[in-house]
Amino acid sequence: MQAIVCIKQVPDTTEVKIDPERGTLIREGVPSIINPFDTYAIEEALRWKEKLGGKVTVITMGPPQAISALKEAVAMGADEAILLSDPAFAGADTWATAYTLAVAIRKIGSFDLIFCGRQAIDGDTGQVGPGVATQLQINQLTYVCRISSLDLEQKRIEVERLVEEGKEVVQSTLPCLITVVKDINQPRYPTILGIRRSQKVQIPTWTSKDLEVDPKLIGLNGSPTRVVKVETPPARAGKCQIMQADSVEQQAELLAEKLLAEKIIV
Amino acid sequence: MALLVIKRDACTGCGLCIQVCPFGALALDSENIITVSEACTGCGACVPECPTGALSLPEVEKKESSHLDIYQGVWVWVEQFNGRASSISWEMIGEGKRLAEKRGTILTACVLGHEAEPIAREAIAYGADRVFLVDDPTLEVYRTDPYARCLVELVKKYKPEIFLLGASTRGRDLAGAVATYLYTGLTADCTGLEIEEGSNLLLQIRPAFGGNIMATIKCENYRPQMATVRHHVFEMPVPDQTRQGQIIREQPVMLEEQIATRVLDLMVEKNEVNIADAKIIVSGGRGLKGPEGFTIIHELADVLGGAVGASRAAVDAGWISYAHQVGQTGRTVRPDLYIACGISGAIQHQAGMRTSKIIVAINKDPEAPIFQIADYGIVGDLFTVVPALTRALKKRLNK
Ligand SMILES: Cc1cc2nc3c(=O)[nH]c(=O)nc-3n(C[C@H](O)[C@H](O)[C@H](O)COP(=O)(O)OP(=O)(O)OC[C@H]3O[C@@H](n4cnc5c(N)ncnc54)[C@H](O)[C@@H]3O)c2cc1C
Ligand SMILES: Nc1ncnc2c1ncn2[C@@H]1O[C@H](COP(=O)(O)O)[C@@H](O)[C@H]1O
Repeated sequence: MQAIVCIKQVPDTTEVKIDPERGTLIREGVPSIINPFDTYAIEEALRWKEKLGGKVTVITMGPPQAISALKEAVAMGADEAILLSDPAFAGADTWATAYTLAVAIRKIGSFDLIFCGRQAIDGDTGQVGPGVATQLQINQLTYVCRISSLDLEQKRIEVERLVEEGKEVVQSTLPCLITVVKDINQPRYPTILGIRRSQKVQIPTWTSKDLEVDPKLIGLNGSPTRVVKVETPPARAGKCQIMQADSVEQQAELLAEKLLAEKIIV
Repeated sequence: MALLVIKRDACTGCGLCIQVCPFGALALDSENIITVSEACTGCGACVPECPTGALSLPEVEKKESSHLDIYQGVWVWVEQFNGRASSISWEMIGEGKRLAEKRGTILTACVLGHEAEPIAREAIAYGADRVFLVDDPTLEVYRTDPYARCLVELVKKYKPEIFLLGASTRGRDLAGAVATYLYTGLTADCTGLEIEEGSNLLLQIRPAFGGNIMATIKCENYRPQMATVRHHVFEMPVPDQTRQGQIIREQPVMLEEQIATRVLDLMVEKNEVNIADAKIIVSGGRGLKGPEGFTIIHELADVLGGAVGASRAAVDAGWISYAHQVGQTGRTVRPDLYIACGISGAIQHQAGMRTSKIIVAINKDPEAPIFQIADYGIVGDLFTVVPALTRALKKRLNK
């Protein structure tokens, strides 16, 4: 099985604090991590490789320091890693990101499956996976919580997808792209051996010159959307009335009165 | 891959830009001149702050835009499952109608399905002026390829200016494919939409960075301007069965044998919890200490006739199933009353419930951020407060 996993390095948003005076994000000391959903994508690719043989290649588009995310993926067991990095890629929205990833995947060559996370926790769009699949003109199966069968000879895959009403069982042909949710597995930790290998592994960097990209379609120039304003969300208007009383019982009585007065409870 | 261009000789080291950068990407170097780190996203918040014009973003190639004027009208994709439209689509029809009126144009609904004409009629009742109905057995259950190609052909033929889809699993799946085919901009999970004065462009407002920031996004040079919108962000319109509209039948573009995916089965979750539609929600978080903690939450919810929600911490700990999770990676809810018990109110949790009408917080920590957005609060131990509240309400409701 030839698998390609698209991963993104993101700041750990649970560690982000807001500066109350300036209303800006305090990012100092916020660690960069592999997008949590992408670790499930890596794990799933590794499990199927262990079952069926083959190779797992991880790719990311990002600044030079994103190499540490690729090394972590190698430490988990990925065979190869490629960094797509070039100032010309900067400012890419999901369209331009998907385009660049798709061109790089074509250069890597043949594959059976592409794995993505359901969304990245910084951008939170979940659009890059469908974008890559559409660029490559292959099927997409999003929100996958289980791969129930994978048949490389028949070129068939059967998965369960998490949809609003429950779980949908879907069959598709290979090659295809899947995006995974966290119910799919429990990602492994890197092993000592893996970490050693990741320190030695050669990770090539592909720039726009190494890829057959149309310069008009990458980075800021290739992005149909523009961020025109960024602000911290305004605080909710409602001033909180704290129930003050001598006992819990009285506090509860007070709150019950207030709630009934709102005429919501019938 | 920072985008910001800094003219070093123009920088006076005043530091005004550092204060406005939402990403903390700017700092003064040893020579007291601004430097930018990789945290820069090129949002441009700093550029107008600089009194000496030392900061700029690279010029974007101007695109020929006169051809964009032929794109007109607001479109909404109406999601259906098992012959029933999902409520998120009607919310979008309501919002789409408002935008269409602002632009002085009509609202079109796209209904794809099999024997879906009743849904097309419903769409008119909710506010659509025109419906494209593609009725075919290949479209009975949602599949990306036949749906996406169908919408792509409709867009190419009729050229809408704005196209909205619900940010459901199907909506996000579909929108990502359609926007890529069309090479146009797509903004995910919007919580606000406006028409900009003057330019008449769609301003798409959405939380990013786990809800820590709100970004306004525009798509100037490409059409349609596409966005997915979260559930329960916009009000549900009231249907009017007497409304008149036009239904136009269109043909599907793929034959069954050209479609490579088959939906074999749907395993519907038993005793499905639909917190998304509940009027009253009582939620529990890590403060409950364990799965047993939810007993008192259930008791309070029962007295109120409400549903039970949870924070991600409680779901991740395995105390309650994912279907109950409220927040950025859970459901968005907009009940009349939301009672948060033992929930700190992290920004990701707030992202899913801050538009609730009345918010009540029960937490032993007076500093918990949940109190900043709550209307009423009790600072105390939930294990005594929640049962006391249940008793107080029971008494008053004669239950
Ligand atoms: C990408 C991403 C997505 C996320 N998505 C979501 C999401 O969708 N939904 C979500 O909820 N979170 C989400 N989170 C997690 C979020 O950041 C918080 O970690 C989480 O909401 C915390 O849950 P909590 O409030 O229950 O727990 P805590 O933050 O631990 O808060 C527990 C609270 O209970 C109080 N407490 C403890 N004991 C008692 C007692 N006896 N009586 C009264 N009060 C008590 C404490 O004072 C504290 O305020 C996400 C995080 C990330 C990074
Ligand atoms: N720059 C990137 N490089 C590689 N993969 C990415 C990148 N951005 C997004 N992805 C992949 O696309 C998924 C969805 O990301 P997003 O659309 O940004 O929410 C992620 O989970 C990754 O698998």
